[in-house]
Amino acid sequence: MRKYVLLAALLIVSGFMLLSAVDMHPFGSPDREDMDKYFINNAQEEVSANNVVTSIVFDYRGFDTLGEATVLFTAVVGVSLIFRRLIK
Amino acid sequence: MMSKIVRTITNILYSSILIFGFYIIMHGHLTPGGGFQGGAVVASGIALVLIAYGYDTVKSWMKKSNLSVLESIGALGFIGIAFLGIGTTFFYNFLANSGGLFGDPTVIGINPGNLDTSGVLPLMNWAVGLKVLAGLGSVVLLMAYGIRKGDEE
Repeated sequence: MRKYVLLAALLIVSGFMLLSAVDMHPFGSPDREDMDKYFINNAQEEVSANNVVTSIVFDYRGFDTLGEATVLFTAVVGVSLIFRRLIK
Repeated sequence: MMSKIVRTITNILYSSILIFGFYIIMHGHLTPGGGFQGGAVVASGIALVLIAYGYDTVKSWMKKSNLSVLESIGALGFIGIAFLGIGTTFFYNFLANSGGLFGDPTVIGINPGNLDTSGVLPLMNWAVGLKVLAGLGSVVLLMAYGIRKGDEE
């Protein structure tokens, strides 16, 4: 019984995966390209950085980078807490 | 501590890895990479030295408290630079195209790149790079200490 349930689940999940793979949007032509066009056309002029990715990460989406830095800080704090007993 | 071969190769490679990491941090606004990636490269250099020489030797070269101070400087610098532009918005790039520090306007289109451009992005790259290299370095140091302590017990 358990085997059949697992088999059915596997078939359903792989069916969904195959369906999405067949139905996937072609690579390199996004559905909504307003933001892409804006960044590509204006990032060099507004931020004056050659690397458009960095200008997005640190300027347009700076708040997201702050969150990433906080995640790293939290990870370091967690490791320090785990090993605190050993160091003492 | 590992064999003499590993230590010799580490002595040769270590400075190159550090210079490459700092290069990636410094040129984050021109070439692929940035603070996170360069900091990870520098931290991998720290991990290489730690593996080659063992914790007991490295302990006297790098202290965990120094790395914590460096990480705090990076985090506070990042938030401080973000707050400096609060006259317009949080994270406003107030140095770009201003003619001052890192204020040269860049050429539109494909160009080799000028280090003196893009406003606060290099400063933020340095802040994040310091933070990441100190954070990952202290994690690696702590884990090496934990492994050594676990072997003893």
